Amino acid sequence: MYRYDEFDHQFVRERTAQFRDQAERRLKGELTEDEFRPLRLMNGLYLQLHAYMLRVAIPYGTLSGRQMRQLALIAEKWDKGYGHFTTRQNIQYNWIKLEDTADILAALADVEMHAIQTSGNCIRNVTTDHWAGAAADEISDPRPIGELLRQWSSLHPEFSFLPRKFKIAVTGAPHDRAAVKVHDIGLRMHKSDTGEIGWEVIVGGGQGRTPIVGVTVRDFLPEHELIGYLEAIMRVYNLYGRRDNKYKARIKILVHELGAEKFKSEVEAEYARKPQATTAVEERELKRIEAYFAPPAFEKLPRWSHAFEEAKVKNANFARWARNNLGPHQVEGYTIVNISLKPEGGIPGDASADQMRLMADLAGKYSHDELRVSHAQNIVLAHVKKDDAFTIWQALDAAGLAAANYGLVGDIIACPGLDYCALATARAIPIAQSISRKFADIDKQEEIGPIKLNISGCINACGHHHVGHIGILGLDKKGEEFYQITLGGSSSESASIGTILGPGFAGHQVPDAIEKILDTYLQLRNPGEEFLSAYRRVGAKPFKEALYAAA
Amino acid sequence: MPLLKNNTLISDTWIHVGLDDQLPEAGDVIVPWARLLREFELLSRRTGKLGVVFTNADRAEALATFLPRLSVVVLPFPAFVDGRAYSIARQLRDFGYRGEIRGTGNVLPDQLQFMLQVGFDTFDIGERFPLSAWQAASKQMSLAYQRGLFRRSAEAEIWTERHTDAEPWLEQPHAG
Amino acid sequence: MSVSEKGQIVTANRLRDGIAVFLTRSGQWSEKIDEAALALEPQAAAALESRAKLDEEATLVTGPYLIDAERRDGGIRAAHIRERMRTLGPTVRLDLGKQAEGTAGAFAAPEGV
Repeated sequence: MYRYDEFDHQFVRERTAQFRDQAERRLKGELTEDEFRPLRLMNGLYLQLHAYMLRVAIPYGTLSGRQMRQLALIAEKWDKGYGHFTTRQNIQYNWIKLEDTADILAALADVEMHAIQTSGNCIRNVTTDHWAGAAADEISDPRPIGELLRQWSSLHPEFSFLPRKFKIAVTGAPHDRAAVKVHDIGLRMHKSDTGEIGWEVIVGGGQGRTPIVGVTVRDFLPEHELIGYLEAIMRVYNLYGRRDNKYKARIKILVHELGAEKFKSEVEAEYARKPQATTAVEERELKRIEAYFAPPAFEKLPRWSHAFEEAKVKNANFARWARNNLGPHQVEGYTIVNISLKPEGGIPGDASADQMRLMADLAGKYSHDELRVSHAQNIVLAHVKKDDAFTIWQALDAAGLAAANYGLVGDIIACPGLDYCALATARAIPIAQSISRKFADIDKQEEIGPIKLNISGCINACGHHHVGHIGILGLDKKGEEFYQITLGGSSSESASIGTILGPGFAGHQVPDAIEKILDTYLQLRNPGEEFLSAYRRVGAKPFKEALYAAA
Repeated sequence: MPLLKNNTLISDTWIHVGLDDQLPEAGDVIVPWARLLREFELLSRRTGKLGVVFTNADRAEALATFLPRLSVVVLPFPAFVDGRAYSIARQLRDFGYRGEIRGTGNVLPDQLQFMLQVGFDTFDIGERFPLSAWQAASKQMSLAYQRGLFRRSAEAEIWTERHTDAEPWLEQPHAG
Repeated sequence: MSVSEKGQIVTANRLRDGIAVFLTRSGQWSEKIDEAALALEPQAAAALESRAKLDEEATLVTGPYLIDAERRDGGIRAAHIRERMRTLGPTVRLDLGKQAEGTAGAFAAPEGV
C-alpha cells in the first residue's frame, strides 16, 4: 500500500499546524463560528448531538495494521473506546473535543493518516472496491488511481469552495462493488482489445433527497487524460452548480437541469479550452504510486487446502463462516476474509479499540499487514491463505467478530441516525438491532440468501438506503419516528434506485414488515434466484399486497 | 483602501468609476463589467490603464477579447464560501492574461494561499482581520500537489519535486 | 395531576468540547436541562436569546437556539425527540453520554418505545 514520502509527511504536518492555529483563533474569538465552520469541516470535524464528531479519512478504504492500532489508541485516548466505520470507508469518532482535535490530527499524521476533506464543500475521500487488488474478477487494482486522485484533490486551490460536497468512486472490476453509478463522479475501468486501460467516466449519480443514477460522459478515457478531464468537470460544476439552494447544489442537479447532452458538451468545451499541458509528470507519478500497490509475494499454493477443508468438516460453525464470509481471490490457495462488524443485535460498523487491535494483529500475521474497510461497514483481510482461515476464525470468534452473516440479511448497513447525528430525523441503529435479532437464526439468513438491507436515519441517506435491495428511511411524523420501506435498489453496475412500497411504519412494526417481505420472496422465488433478481422479475406488487393487505 | 500585495499593504492608485459616473480626464480607471461592454471603444482610447470589476456569475470567456487591453481584473467574493472566482481567475490565466487579478469582498486569510495559487495578485482585505493574520496565513502550507496552476506564491509543487528531471510546468511572469 | 408550564429554553453546544448545554436563570450554562431557565413569554425568550448570543461572542458556546419545552413533574421536558436525545445520550449505548454521567434529563427521548 502507499507509503508517505517526505513531501506527504510534511504536507500533513503543515496542515495539522494550520488547523491548530485555526482552532486556537476560534477559541480566542478571532474567528466566528460561520468563518470557522467551513475550515473545521475541511478537517473532518462536525458538531453533532452530544459532542464533536471527527471523521478520519481511510483513503480508498485501505489501512495498515499500524494505522489500525493508532485508530484504536485514538479511540481510547480521546474518545470513549470505540469507533464507527462508515459507508464511505472512513472511521468516525463520536465524542471529540475541539480543544483535542489538533493533537488527534498530529497522532494521525504520525502514522500517515489525516482527516483532510472528509467533510465540507470540497472533494471527499475517493472510495473503491474493498476487494481491490485481490478480487478474482478484477481487471486491475484501481487504488493507484485512487491515490493519485487523493493527492490531486487535497487542498486543491480551485476546488475547495464548491457549491456542495463532491464524492468520487473508482472501480477496477466489471462487477462494481464501489457504487460508482451513484457518485458525483464514478470511474469504471475497462480494458480494450489491445490491452490498453481506459476509464468510463460517469457523472451526476447520487442519493440523498434526489437519488439518481449517473450518466456516462466518456466511455473510454485514456488514463493520462484523467486529471485534465476531471478538472474540466470540476470547473463546470464549480462555476455553474447551483449555490442558491443547498438541496439543489450537487452536480447531479446540474446534470439533470442542463440535460446530459448539454452537460457533456460544456465539459468537453472546457476540456478543449484548457492549455494542452504535458502529462509526463502525472504519468510518472502514477507509475511511482503503482509500485506501492504491487501484489505481495504470494506463495505458490495448491487450490485445495487440506487444513481448510478438514477444519470445515470438523467445525460446523467454521464451515458456515467459511461459506458466507470468504470471497474468491485471484491467487490459488488464497481467500478474502470479510470480518462482519454486525454481531447479532449489535451496532453496525462499530468496533472497540480491542477489536481494532485484534484485527490489526491478524492482518499483520496473516494478510500482509493490510486491512480494508467496506461500504457495508465491515473489515476485510484481503490476502489470506486458506491454510490460515481457521486460525483466524478462532481468533475472531473469541473477540465477537465471527458473525457468519456477511452479505446476508444480518449484515445490515445503518447510519448512526438520531442516536448521534444532528441531521437525523429518526434512529437507525435500534431498527438494525431489532431486525438483526429477529433474523438471528443464521440458517434462516442463509435460506434467504444474499441481500443488502440499508437503513438511513434521514433523507441525507448516509445509510445508502436508496441502493439497498431493501431500504429503510427514518422520518419524523408529528414528532414520532416513522419508517418508510423501499425495495429494489442496487449500487452495482446495474444500479437502480429503490421504490417506496407504501405508507410507513412505526419503529416496532419494522421487523415484522421485513419478515413479511422476505417470506413473500421465499414463496415466489425461482430456485437459486436471489432477492434482487426476484424483485426485478415480479415487481413491487406481491410485496405491497403482503405488507398492506387487510389482516 | 489599502491592498494586500506580496504580504504588505500598498495603496490603491486606481480610480474606481461607477456605471454612470463621469470618467476622469486622465488616470487609471476601473469600471464595472456592464460599462466595459457598453463603452469599450471609448475606454480603450483613453491614455492610462484600464481595469474591470467582473462578476462571478458571468463566463470568463466573455472577458477574453478585452484582456489584452486590461491591466487589472477585479473578482468579487460575495461570500467566502462562494468559490467561483477561483475558477474564473484560473481561466483568465489559462487564456494568457498576465495583468493583475484582484480579489475583493468576503475572504478569510485562510483562503489566501488558494487565491494566490490560482492566479490572484492583490486583495482588498478590508478591516476584519489584521495584516498579521494575512501574513501568517500566507506561509502555512509550503507544499502543494497540483500542477498546472499559475502560482503567485512560493509553494513547491510536490509532483514536480518528486520527478525533478521532468519538465516543470512553464510559468509566465505575473503583474509586477 | 401535575401542572405543566409551557415555554422555551435556550440550548447550545459548549465551544471547546461540544457538550450540549442549557442557559440557566443566573446566566450560567448547565449540562442539565432541569436547570434551564424556562421563558413563559416571548419577551422573556427573546431576552434569553440575547444573553446567549453574548456568550456566543465570548466564545463560551456556539450556535444557541430556542427550543420548546415544558416544566413537568419537577423537571424540564424538551418538546422534540431530537432535543430530548441531547439530554440523554445514544439510546443504544446507555453507558455513554449524560445518561451515564448524572446530568441526564428526566424524560425519555423516544417515548412509548
